[in-house]
Amino acid sequence: MGIQNTLEGSNTEIPEIGALDVDKIKQDFPILQRKVYGKPLVFLDNAASTQKPLQVIETIQQYYTAENANIHRGVYYLSELATQKYEHSREIVRRFLNARSLKEIVFTYGTTDGINLVAHAFGRKFIKEGDEIIISEMEHHSNIVPWQILCEETGARLRVIPMNDNGELDLDQFRNLINSRTKLVAVVYVSNSLGTVNPIKEIIQSAHEHDIPVLVDGAQAVSHYRIDVQELGCDFFVFSGHKIFGPTGVGVLYAREEILETMNPFRGGGDMIKSVTFERTIYNDLPYRFEAGTPNIAGVIGLGTALEYVENIGYEWIGAHETEVLQYGMNVLSEIKQIRFIGTAQKKAGVISFVVDGVHPHDIGTFLDREGVAIRTGHHCTQPVMDHFNVPATSRASIAMYNKKEDFDALVRGLHKIIKVFS
Amino acid sequence: MDELRELYQEIILDHNKNPKNFGELPDANHSSEGYNPLCGDRIKVFLKVKDGLVEDIKFTGSGCAISRASASVMTTLVKGKTVQEAEELFKRFHDLVTQSPQAEVNLEELDKLAVFAGVREFPSRIKCASLAWHTLIAALKEKQEPISTE
Repeated sequence: MGIQNTLEGSNTEIPEIGALDVDKIKQDFPILQRKVYGKPLVFLDNAASTQKPLQVIETIQQYYTAENANIHRGVYYLSELATQKYEHSREIVRRFLNARSLKEIVFTYGTTDGINLVAHAFGRKFIKEGDEIIISEMEHHSNIVPWQILCEETGARLRVIPMNDNGELDLDQFRNLINSRTKLVAVVYVSNSLGTVNPIKEIIQSAHEHDIPVLVDGAQAVSHYRIDVQELGCDFFVFSGHKIFGPTGVGVLYAREEILETMNPFRGGGDMIKSVTFERTIYNDLPYRFEAGTPNIAGVIGLGTALEYVENIGYEWIGAHETEVLQYGMNVLSEIKQIRFIGTAQKKAGVISFVVDGVHPHDIGTFLDREGVAIRTGHHCTQPVMDHFNVPATSRASIAMYNKKEDFDALVRGLHKIIKVFS
Repeated sequence: MDELRELYQEIILDHNKNPKNFGELPDANHSSEGYNPLCGDRIKVFLKVKDGLVEDIKFTGSGCAISRASASVMTTLVKGKTVQEAEELFKRFHDLVTQSPQAEVNLEELDKLAVFAGVREFPSRIKCASLAWHTLIAALKEKQEPISTE
C-alpha cells in the first residue's frame, strides 16, 4: 500500500519488545496502575472489554488534536490526512486477517452491528420461507437475536447445534442438522461464557461441502488467536475493536468479495452512494457501499494502532503466556472445594466461569469489587448456556495478555473471604 | 470493608440462608413473577388477600443474598397487614434504598427495613433489594385465579 510512509503527523511509536515481559506490557496500560477502593486494580473482565494501551489512547488524542476532519470528501489537507489514516487502518485490518482484498474489509460499530449487517444485507436477500439457519447453543445473544428477527420476518427456521456438559459442540449433531434448506451457519469461535474454543475449521469445511456459507463470531477469539480468514475459509468474520485493546464503537466485518458483491445494501446514506437522483441511486463500490454516514473515524484509526500493538507482541507469546496464566487460574480455583466450573472443554481460551456453593454470583461480584478485583457476574448475554447448566448466573474471570498469575491469587483470596462470611 | 459489613449484616445473611415464608401458596388469589434481566434473578410472590387483608404470603425463586433476604423480610412484614399498609411499607422501603447514602435513617420508623440502608452505597444492588417489593405491588394489582398445584 505504501500509505504508511507518506503519512504526515506522528504515528505513535510502538516499541519493539525483545525479551517479552508481562510487566513491560502492563506499563503500557495506564489504567492497570490505578487503585480501586484503595486496592490495586486486578482486572479480570477482559471478555467484556479490554483495557487500552497508551499507544491507542495517544493515537486517538493525536487525531482529535491535529488531524480531525471528515473523510472521503474534503479536498483540503486535513480531510486528506484523515482519509489516509482511516484507509491505512483498513490495510492494517486486511493484513491482520490476511484477507485477499481491501474490498473485503467493512468497518462497523462492533460485532453486534456486523452480525446485524449480514442478517439484513445477506439474510433478507438470500433467506426465504422454509430455509434454515444453523447457530449453536453457546451463542452470545448477538448471534441469536438478529437471526430470530430474520426468521420472524421471512418464515425461515433457526436450528441449534447442541453442546455436551463440558461445553463442547456436538459436531455429529451439527452434520445431521445440515440439509438442502440450510442457507447459513453462524457460529462463535471462542465462547464468551465458557471459554470453549470451537473446531471452527471443521465446522466451516462441513458446511462448505454443502455450499453453505459460514459466519464466524470472532469477538472473543481475536485477542487470543491469530486469525487467517483465508486459511479458515470462512465467508464472514466479525469482531469488535474494544475486545482487542482498541476503542469501543468500532468493529470489522470481513466478507468474501464474491458474497459481498451480491448482497443488498444495509444502511442508506452518504458515502455509500456514487450518485443520487430522486429517480435512481447508484451505489458505491466495495467496501464503501456498506459504510453509510460518517463513521467512527477516530475509532477506526485507534483500532489500527491496537492491531499493530498486538501484532508487535505476537500471538506466539500471547498464546504461551495466557495458557500458563489460565492453567494456573484453573489450578488455584479448583483447590476451593465449594467451586464448580461451568465450561470444562478440552480446548479453552481466556475464560473461567464458575459457581460457588451457597453464594450467589452477584454477592461474589460485590465482595471482590471491594478487594479491587473486577470480574463479571451474571448470564453474560448467553441465557441458553445458563439454562443448559441449570444456573441463573455464573462468576466469570477472563484474561488478556497483561494478566498475571498473581491476579488469580487475589481472586482466590477474595473468594475465601466471601465463603467465610456466607458459611 | 465497613460498607460491605453494612450491606451484608448478620440479619441479611440469616434470611438468605433460612428465608421465611419460602415456598408456594396453593390457595393464593394474587401472584406475580418478577425478573431482573441484568442478573437473571427470578422471584414469584404468592398472596392470599381477603377483605383487604394480606392473610398469607409466600415467595419462591433464585437470587442473590440481598434479593432473597429482602423478599424474606418483606413477607414477614406484610403478612397480616392491610393492602394499604403493605403499599405504605413499599413506599418506605423504596424511599430508603433510593435516597442518598448520607441521608439520616429513622430507625424507629423503618423498623426491620433499616437493615437494608447499606444498599444505598451499592447502586448496582438497589435493584436486587427492590425486586421482591416491586413483584409484591404487581401481585396486589394483578388479581388472579387461585394458583393450582395440579
